[in-house]
Amino acid sequence: MAQAAIELIGINKSFGAVRANRDINLEIARGTIHGIVGENGAGKSTLMSILYGFYQADSGEIRVGGQPASIKTPNDAIALGIGMVHQHFMLVDNFTVLENVILGAESDALLKRSIAKARSELERLEREYGLEVDPDAIIEELPVGLQQRVEILKALYRGAEILILDEPTGVLTPAEADHLFRILRQLKEQGKTVVLITHKLREIMAITDTVSVMRQGTMVATRETKKTTVEELAELMVGRRVLLRVEKGEADAGAIKLAVKNLTVKDTRGVTMVDDISFDIRAGEIVGIAGVAGNGQSELLEAISGIRRAVSGSVMLDGKPIDLTGAADPGELRDRGLAHVPEDRHHVGLVLAFEENENSILGYHDDPRYLKGPFLNIDAIRNDAKDKIAKYDIRPADCRLKTANFSGGNQQKIVLAREMEQDPGVLIVGQPTRGVDVGAIEFIHKRLIAMRDQGKAVLVVSVELDEIRSLSDRILVMFAGRIVGERGPEASEGELGLLMAGVEHQEAAQ
Amino acid sequence: MSTPYAKLPAWADYGLIPVINLFVAFVVAGFVVLLVGENPFRAAVILVEGAFGKGTGIAFTLFYATTFIFTGLSVAVAAHCGLFNIGTEGQAYIAGLGIAVVCLSFDSVLPWWLTFPLAIVASAVVGALWGLIPAYLQAKRGSHIVITTIMFNFIAASIMVYLLVGPLKPAASQAPQTRNFFAGAELPKLNWIIELFGAKIRSAPLNISFLLALIMAFLVWLLIWRTKLGYEMRTYGHSPKAARYAGISETRIIITAMMISGALAGMMALNPVMGDQHNVAIDFVSGAGFVGIAVALMGRLHPIGIVLAAILFGMLYQGGAELAFEMPAISRDMIVIIQGLVILFAGALEHMFRPYIQALFASFSPRSVGMEAVKGKGA
Repeated sequence: MAQAAIELIGINKSFGAVRANRDINLEIARGTIHGIVGENGAGKSTLMSILYGFYQADSGEIRVGGQPASIKTPNDAIALGIGMVHQHFMLVDNFTVLENVILGAESDALLKRSIAKARSELERLEREYGLEVDPDAIIEELPVGLQQRVEILKALYRGAEILILDEPTGVLTPAEADHLFRILRQLKEQGKTVVLITHKLREIMAITDTVSVMRQGTMVATRETKKTTVEELAELMVGRRVLLRVEKGEADAGAIKLAVKNLTVKDTRGVTMVDDISFDIRAGEIVGIAGVAGNGQSELLEAISGIRRAVSGSVMLDGKPIDLTGAADPGELRDRGLAHVPEDRHHVGLVLAFEENENSILGYHDDPRYLKGPFLNIDAIRNDAKDKIAKYDIRPADCRLKTANFSGGNQQKIVLAREMEQDPGVLIVGQPTRGVDVGAIEFIHKRLIAMRDQGKAVLVVSVELDEIRSLSDRILVMFAGRIVGERGPEASEGELGLLMAGVEHQEAAQ
Repeated sequence: MSTPYAKLPAWADYGLIPVINLFVAFVVAGFVVLLVGENPFRAAVILVEGAFGKGTGIAFTLFYATTFIFTGLSVAVAAHCGLFNIGTEGQAYIAGLGIAVVCLSFDSVLPWWLTFPLAIVASAVVGALWGLIPAYLQAKRGSHIVITTIMFNFIAASIMVYLLVGPLKPAASQAPQTRNFFAGAELPKLNWIIELFGAKIRSAPLNISFLLALIMAFLVWLLIWRTKLGYEMRTYGHSPKAARYAGISETRIIITAMMISGALAGMMALNPVMGDQHNVAIDFVSGAGFVGIAVALMGRLHPIGIVLAAILFGMLYQGGAELAFEMPAISRDMIVIIQGLVILFAGALEHMFRPYIQALFASFSPRSVGMEAVKGKGA
């Protein structure tokens, strides 16, 4: 085994009573790609934040290149050759690539000289690692995949020998992810060390040399990737056997519940985001919409649920039209049996500052069950919340706890419990398991299938192709605001991936 | 990454932290007093004795507090709906007009207990209408409420100046104010309550609108935490997107919240106008609307906190006046500096000591801070 690039010895970190990292030992060999997997809250981010200088470990030692290192700030980490690519990019949107790369690492008081110097350095890096990006492009005009390359360039420009990537493929198409992996392999061949944090086990299998699994703040195992399996890793992460693919019977599709015809939606800038889309959803089936984030799925969901105004087209709910031009009232649609689990539970589906029980009536606060005249019926609301907590196994089981203090998976369960327990005829769900840990994913998927089997019409939008394939009875693929194909659940990932990248669509257009 | 600190127990959150902030504010103020060559300890004694030492002082403190309870509640109601109502000053000022109309019309005909309810309604309606216009502009046109309410303060002031030096001024008078009200528009004093406890009161303006302020504090609590409307306001205040999702009309909720806020601001005018001066004079609000912002922030937007913060500011006003009188080196401006320091530490720098206190609590008794419920968000 090669010499260790990083050694973490006996790292402990507590936030109050929460022991985010307990006695972590980890050795990352130089010139390898090392994966770290674990559920949300397992302590991966905390560990990497300690390595990158955001937090200080309570005890333990970090060695970089064999030497004990004291990393108090990200600048210390950068000086030691550690670079980090964050899940949410840290780029200035209206700056050029070049300006972003030198930001904070300007070599001269005058920008012009720094830029000239950076340009030649950047060209060298791009050549060396196959990271082609136009240095003069404005960030906000670049696709996400290229923005991520800029983040990598930033780290390399600062002399990173060790690159940490936090959930790098969450926003990428399968093709873009493949390209990223090629870049990572090239970095490895050049002797760089890559640490990949992810919850996607397939990626771990595809690219890493070694993988470490974290659970509840401890490092439970480190395996050579060649010698492990997805099933073993999932079991290590959760601590029990997990069904990665939910089992379901044949769909028994009935009457059309939701009919979307020629729907066109523009965003606030006036750009057409949903372009003349038509589809139906029948009772007792799950229709999945696959696509890379930003291809109009969000706008489609918002238009159907009455949050966003549509430009043209029609949506029929149980054969009766929804008023789309006047921005239909989401409350009225709820009364008509259309429930919506929004993509963004932090800002839309929940009010994080509220107590759990207050969120369990959001959108249904007009329901006479929860009211006494103009007053809230606090007892009824809390009892109702307690019932849902029990039924959906929401933890901790405290309806007075602030919603922000629940984990991502439990927050999602709060939203799902609220929407499903209203017994809607149509359920539309955006990103059902984003940021949700493996154990909760299984629970949520089973619930969605159960809804289907009760004869509800379910629309699922997700950027997770696995999820779409596992849940859907029919798969629609969205690209650039259009539905570019419909496939059955047996469609291969490669086929769907091509559709999501717009390949077939572009060929057809030519 | 979620915050590494969790919530504190309520008593520390609402009690300990404000007390520490206040203490620091007074320490810094003490240095200012020292700088002008006076003894800060003696100044503190004078301040507190001036405010609470004698019956008259207490009555004055509570009189000022009454005003600040109304304006603090006004700011808080808007703030719960995510709106920063800087226009409390103007809404209170223009509401003086509504009171003037009621009082000048009925003060020789009706007894106070009939004039008072009419004046309450008039002040609330006028204040609410003055809040309605910026609210409508915000809801329908996106004009920022901070800007429009500031502008409306100036408009209100100009209108009042015009009316008080013109149409509302008795012809024979030179003072820019209405004629003095008759007994039918004078609110009964509450000084006897303090006298029950054995204190002597010479003359002080504490009046029945103090009780109205306390009732309003209770009603605001009821509104915000116990009604559907309050629930909708808080939803919108925390997340307009969540409100849209929940089917809450943006226009309706902004306008409703601002009208309630304006109405509370308007009722503030009852205290000085009917309780003390018995006329509507120029600049009778004199900054109470802006103090209301500090009171609301310091009271953490909760009616109980607002009542306590209002009493604190009442104390600063009354004790400060005594201080300026007793210590010639300390002018009225110095008092404003001390008040400013309190606002700075209790309002603007409210979170300065919080992380340290939370860390302290966490190290002593982790369970008390509810840490077990909080998980750092993973990768």
